[in-house]
Order: sequence, then structure tokens, then C-alpha cells
Amino acid sequence: MLTLIIVVGILLVLGILFLIFRIGNLVGLVKGKEEDVAESNSVHAYLFILFMIASLVGFFWYSYAHFDSYTLPVASEHGELTDYLFWVTMAVTVVAFVLIFVVMFWFTFKYRYDKNRKADFVADNHTLEIVWTVIPAIVLALLIFSGLRAWNDITDEASKEAAVIEVIGQQFLWTARYPGKDNLLGKHNYQLIDASNEFGLDLRDQNTFDDFKSLELHLPKGKEVKLVIRAKDVLHSVFLPHFRVKMDAVPGMHTTFKFVATKSTADMRSETGNPNFNYEMACTEICGRGHFSMRFPVFVHDSVEDYEKWLYSQDAWLKQNPDYLKQVPAELREAAFVKAGIPLSSQEVLTAAPVSVTLN
Amino acid sequence: MATIDIHPHTTTHHDDHAHEHEHHHGNFWTNYVFSEDHKVIAKQFLITGMIWALIGGVLSVLFRLQLGFPDADLSWLKPILGGWLTPEGKIDPEFYLALVTMHGTIMVFFVLTAGLSGTFSNFLIPLQVGARDMASGFMNMLSYWFFFVSSVIMFISLFISTGPASGGWVIYPPLSALPQAMQGSGLGMTLWLVAMAIFIASSLLGSINYISTVINMRTKGMSFTRLPLTIWAFFFTAIIGILSFPVLFAAALLLIFDRSFGTSFYLSDIYIGGEALPNQGGSPILFQHLFWFLGHPEVYIVLLPALGITSEIIATNSRKPIFGYKAMVGSMLFIAILSFVVWAHHMFVTGMNPFLGSIFTLLTLIIAVPSAVKIFNYVTTLWKGNIRFTSAMLFSIGLVSFFLTGGITGIFLGNSAIDIQLHDTYFVVAHFHLVMGSASFFGMVAGVYHWFPKMFGRMLDEKLGYIHFWLTFVGVYLVFFPMHYIGIAGFPRRYYSWTNFETFSGFADLNMLVSAAAILTLSAQFIFLFNFIYSIFRGKVAPANPWNSNTLEWTTPRNPGHGNWPGEIPTVYRWPYDYSKPGAKDDFIPQHIPYSETPESNFPHENELIKLELNNETIKVEGKHGH
Repeated sequence: MLTLIIVVGILLVLGILFLIFRIGNLVGLVKGKEEDVAESNSVHAYLFILFMIASLVGFFWYSYAHFDSYTLPVASEHGELTDYLFWVTMAVTVVAFVLIFVVMFWFTFKYRYDKNRKADFVADNHTLEIVWTVIPAIVLALLIFSGLRAWNDITDEASKEAAVIEVIGQQFLWTARYPGKDNLLGKHNYQLIDASNEFGLDLRDQNTFDDFKSLELHLPKGKEVKLVIRAKDVLHSVFLPHFRVKMDAVPGMHTTFKFVATKSTADMRSETGNPNFNYEMACTEICGRGHFSMRFPVFVHDSVEDYEKWLYSQDAWLKQNPDYLKQVPAELREAAFVKAGIPLSSQEVLTAAPVSVTLN
Repeated sequence: MATIDIHPHTTTHHDDHAHEHEHHHGNFWTNYVFSEDHKVIAKQFLITGMIWALIGGVLSVLFRLQLGFPDADLSWLKPILGGWLTPEGKIDPEFYLALVTMHGTIMVFFVLTAGLSGTFSNFLIPLQVGARDMASGFMNMLSYWFFFVSSVIMFISLFISTGPASGGWVIYPPLSALPQAMQGSGLGMTLWLVAMAIFIASSLLGSINYISTVINMRTKGMSFTRLPLTIWAFFFTAIIGILSFPVLFAAALLLIFDRSFGTSFYLSDIYIGGEALPNQGGSPILFQHLFWFLGHPEVYIVLLPALGITSEIIATNSRKPIFGYKAMVGSMLFIAILSFVVWAHHMFVTGMNPFLGSIFTLLTLIIAVPSAVKIFNYVTTLWKGNIRFTSAMLFSIGLVSFFLTGGITGIFLGNSAIDIQLHDTYFVVAHFHLVMGSASFFGMVAGVYHWFPKMFGRMLDEKLGYIHFWLTFVGVYLVFFPMHYIGIAGFPRRYYSWTNFETFSGFADLNMLVSAAAILTLSAQFIFLFNFIYSIFRGKVAPANPWNSNTLEWTTPRNPGHGNWPGEIPTVYRWPYDYSKPGAKDDFIPQHIPYSETPESNFPHENELIKLELNNETIKVEGKHGH
């Protein structure tokens, strides 16, 4: 019933509007005015000026008053640089934007139709054209070169000392694999993935023995981190908004991103005055139904020592999944026990003969 | 000269007498449905494009409802959405992605490529270069009907039980290749690919025609330097289309192979649904390269026609020559060339080699220069003009304003270092909706207001046009400007909801504003729709040259028949921008007026041309005798 009333109401309003339109048309016909330019011409000129002022005031007011709500605090070394470039570009473009915006709407106002005036026949002006081609070219060149220098540094090889962390995307969650004490990620193969071996660790490689899994991304403060990124199923994208880090996770290849976190979670809690502050990682490449829910908690330790303490306190994946010791070649078993930190007393787990791993 | 009167139909159908006959006494089917008349085909493109625009707009309002009013109960949409609503009355997250995907696909391809280029290239090229019809009327008809078939398939895909394609309009594999990854990658994606393959065929048929018509069928005196900027724009657009669309076709074909025939062009090392797929060695990045090799030029396929239309309208209504005609053509040429070497700026953080990123940053920011030149030229055309704010002019000024606002943020995104943070956030959404979406849409609407009198012989109601403009203009800014802030704050695009993240917990207010503005903007389009339909039948009868414009289409009768000019095609003697020429009695001198008739306003070098005009006449007569 309510729907019916609403529908009838809408129809009535539309009918009235139509009538007004018809009457307006008929009145126009009766008046019989046949002018080249409508009387309302100047109205638009004034409206444009009004629009220009209102939109610029709105733009500057909101940008100033809500600055804190749309700027994320930055917590990485390169992020400070890219933020700086962002704001330099902002300054340059806002000046250009406001200038052109104002001039354009001023012209539409100033040169609105006047039947006593004739437009100037100005077809071109080479000096002017050269000037406004060269100036943007120079400004852009400056912006490009500062941007490219930053880009080259950011995408440069990570240093050998960098803490390596593998981040793996899948529908619809993230996992992290840490290389353990050797700082070397073991080999993996997607065909070895199963319910427990979600990384697809290839246990014939010694470097896998001390690798461990984490459901939270732990980072050291003040030490370079190299993220090694991959995806299991479809494209995902690692996005660490506070660290200005973004890199796609691509099935079939590794991508990398190196950065240095400059503020620990505790630092950020005191900076933002929010005791519950937590860094987060999100997915920024459409990956299906749960794309919007791929939250991965991030924790930045106060120091490298803290980070390492956490790192060394984690159990190796192999230790948590001793069944998989069967896949370790016999000659490497002992090394596996040592590296994975499995007490020798549990050696009896390995009763059966070594299982050979087949890869097709 | 008068003795050699060419019958309009003999030039277009000289070798098909039976066919020619049909056009004299054609029935409904040959006149309005399977017509080979470029004007009818243009109207077919326009109306199909408008229907698509409406669908695309409604889809966007649906997903804006979810984003702006996440707690609202949408059960009242049950009759339309049925199973796509969750029991709580929310849009299903997967259907949300389908909405986003189809909104993008429809708007980019079906509205702003076919609806814009298809309409105005078809309508204006023969009329403005002075030709009876397109080089091949039949191919032109085919182009529309391919588009129609493609539209039907895409439309059907909206209603299948697994939903339409949902992997984003860029359809990146593996998501789009694996039905296990999402429902929409099943039949919906197949239909998407089939529809797009046919669409590409349609686009190519059209483009080939546009190019050959512009090159070969210009009337006497219509040298390239006398072409209106609209034609230059359509010409470049068609060239870009011919060079880039086949690459999308190849990309789509390989994706079809991967989906249906077990190849591994884009697939490698995938473990999904508890199963390791056998595909190895492919690269999803390859698809992105192929896609964006079309995808970026596509931006200019969408934009250039709108800029061409705007150039024409701004010059006409400022009563001034377009400022820097040569610079305008030059910048379009430059943009057309550069548009092919900037594609990878969409891929800075996709795992592409960073060195490539540097190259593409450089090339991308170079393309900003000709774009800036175009803006300066528009603004300078307004300078010292005598501006009449027709609805078309208002929309054109709106276009320049969007092109400026949206274009300037490209300087951020084109810079790879800054793009790291902004990539795939709402900043990008704001950028391309303003610079490409809204600007091109405004160009299209401006074109409709401007050429409606020539299309239908009647005028659109200007007052409704004004209301339409102001609501849409303000609405578009309210929709897209706030998205810059949301994007700087890092909000990722294609998110169904942000409440899972503390970082993205704010801006409920701005999102609500955006959604409300989107609803307002869509509603305003119904004013236009009413105006359009009403005016076709009841609009004021259009005078021959309602805008006092210089171009050739206004020398045709009010309702030009097939063949456009009843008599001989006018000869062109001057460029199309002789507005407010000093000394002239009117403030415009159409292109077909010889310099010999306007001694009062000729510049010295133009007086020289009078001699040539006379020579031209003799050459022409001799030429005709030769036939």
C-alpha cells in the first residue's frame, strides 16, 4: 500500500512538472520572442562565477579543516620521500589548477554575450603558444626527475642484510613465511601444497627446515625489510598504507618490495594518541568475493633486538608438522632436526622409509 | 557548373541499381532498421548508447547505495535483484563486483566508445567533409549491427544465474580465467568475451570507414587544413582504434584459449579450490600488457571525439576562431602517437620490471604537455569572445573544467614513485572518472544538444537543457571530487565495505555525500531523456542554421535525405572558424562562401586565393567532363 502511494505520488509530481513545462512552452510561443541569444544568458555567467567561488572555498576549507582525516601518518623511510614528492606535486598542481580554473570561469563571465560587442578575431599567437608549451614541459621534467630518482632507489635491489619475509596471498587471506635464523627462504612448489603444507615447501631444500609461518606480519623498526610476494590462486596486491608500500602478488612469479619501517606500533600509538592503533595490510587488486576482507595485522617491533627475539621464539613449520619429516631426504634428516629445533627424542616419529616426493 | 548536376544517389550506389531503388521508396526496414544512411546509423548508435548509459548509470547507483548507505535495507530492490540480495537486504558482495565490472565495461565501451564515436563520427564525418555518405554504407550498417549483437549478448549476461563478468572491467586473469575463483568468471565471462570480440569487429568496421571517408571523400576545396577539429578528432580516434583494438582482440582470444582449451598463456602455478592446476609457464602480466596496449589508447578513443566536439562548440558559441587550430591538430596527433607508448603506467606496481616503470613515467608525463596545450587553447578561445551559453556550450565548458580537474591528478598518478601509494585507491577512481568518464560524457551530451537540430529537424528545449546541465555539473563534482580525499587516505577501490579495517574506518559522511550526489546526477539525466524524446516529436522546428555555424552540415536541408545535399555538394573555400571576422557583416562566414564574395573581410593573402577559386571552378568542370 505504501509503495502504491509513493508511486502515485511520484507520478503526480512528474505530471505537475510536465504541465509546468508545457505551460512554459506555450507562454514562450504566445510571447513570440525570437531572439538569437536567450535572456538568461548572463545568468549562466553569474552561476559560473558562483560555482567557481563556492567550489574553491569548499576545496580549501575541507582540505584544511579535515587534513588529519585524509592524511595517513607515514612510517617508512621511502614513504617520507614519496609523501614529500606528493605534496610538492600537490603545491605545483594546485597553483596551476586554481590559476586556470579562475581564469577560465572569469573569461566565461567577462566575455558573456553582449549584443553591442563583437568577438576579437584572434586565431593564434605563437609566442603565447610556445610559452605555455615550454613552461609545463619544464615543470613536468623537474617533477619527473625527482620522481624517477625516488623510484629507482625504492625499486633498487635490497641489501644482503635485509630481513627477508615472504607474503603469500590467497582467496581471501594472507600468510607470511619467515626464513628463520638463516634468513633464507626455502624452495617451494605449488604442486606440493596440501592442507598442512600451505606454502608448498619443498623439504628437499635445507633452507625450508627453519622457515615458519605467521598469521601476523612482524617487522623490525629501523632495519631494511625485503618482502617477497607471491599468490597462490589469483592476483592480489600487498598494500601497507602507513608504509606507502604496494606490490601485486602474482601467481607464478615473485615480486619484491623493500622498505624500512621508521615507527614501531608503540611509537604510532603514542603519535596518534590511539592506544588501540594497529598497522594493517590490505589487498588492493580485485580478487573475488572476499577482496574487501583480506586484512592482515601488522606489528612493528620497537627494535631489531625485539624483532629478533620474536623471530627466534617462533617454532619452525617443520617442528609443528613433524609428519612432514618423511619428505626430508634421509641424508638431510639430522640437519632438519637441528635447524627446525626438534628435540632428538622425537626421532621415532620417523619410522617409515623415506617417502620420495614426486613432482610432475 | 550548374549543368553538371550529380544525382545524389548515383554517387553512393552507382553500381547497384536495385538497391538504389529501395532508397527512393524504401520501407520501414530499409529506412530505419537496416539503413545504410550514415545519419540513421548514427541515430541508432546514439539511442543504443543512451540506453546503455542509463543501464550503466543505474548499476553505479546500486553499488553507491551499498557504499554510501551500508546499513540501509535494500529489500525493496528484491523485485529487480532477486537472489542477489542477501536475506538481510544487502547487496551480495560478489554481485557488488559484478555491478562495478559491468558499470565499467558498459560505460567505457558501449557508451563512450560506441555511443560517442559511433554516433558523432557517423553523423558528422560525411556531413562536415561534404560527402554523400560513408565510403562503404554497407560496412557501416554492419558496424552497427555487430554492435547491436554484441549489446544483446552483454545485456543477456546481466541476467544469467551465475551473474555477469565480475573480475573488474580490466578482466585480469587468473581471476577472469578460473570459474573456481568467482561465479562471474563462468558463463558471464564467456559472454563478456564473446560480446567484446564482436564489439571489436564493429569498432574496426566503423573505424576503417571513418578513415577512408575522411581521406577520400572530402568535397572540393576541403583540404586537411580546412577540416573542422571534430573531423580531425574522429580521424585520429579511428586510427588509434584500428591500431589498438586488434590487440585487445588477441588478448581476449588467448584468454578464451586459457579458459576453454587448456592453454597457459596467462596461467601458472595456481592452487585453487584444493587443487593444483596443471598450467605452468604463463604470465598474468602478459595479459596486462596486452590489455593496456588497448586500454590506454582507449582513454583517448573515448576522449578525443569529445574534445573535437567541444572545440567546434566552443568556437561557435564564443563567436571566435578556435585558438591555435594547428596547435590543436598537432596536440591531438602528438596525443594519438604517445597514447601507444604509455600503457604500462597502469602497471607500475604489478611486478613489472621497475626499469620499464621509469620509461613509462617519462613518456606518461610527456603526454601531459599536449593535454595542457589543449586546455590553454580552449581557455584562450573564450578570451575576448562573445559567449552564448547554449546548453551545448555549457556542457563544453563543463568538459574543459573536468578535463582540467581530472587531468591534473594524472601528474600524480603518472609519477611512479607517487603512484605506489595511490594506485588502485579512490584517487584513481576520481582521476579517470573526471578526466575520461565525465569529460567524455559531457562531450557526448554537448554534441547531442548541438547537433540535435540536424539529427531530428527540431530543437531540444534549452531551459530543460540548462537545468540538466547545472544539476549534472554540480552533481559530477560532488560525486568525484570527494573521492580524492578518500583516495589520499588510502581507501582501496572495488571494496564492498571498509569496516574490516581500522585504517579505512572513516569517511562514512563523504561516502554518503558521494552516493547522494550520484543519485541526484542520475535523476537529472531523466530530464534530458524526457527532453530528447519529447523534442523529437514536439520540439520547436529547427531553423537551417540554428547556431550560426560555419561547417557544412548546416548547408543541408532541415531533414537531409540519404545523400545529404539535394543538389550538388557545396565546395569549400575557407577554414571553418571564420567567426567575427573583422569587416564581415555577419559574425560568421560559412565554409562554402568563396573569398570572392567577401572582399570586405578578406585578409591580403586571402584575396590572392580568389584567383585560385576561379581556377578551381574551371578545373572542376574539366574534371567532371572527364568522367
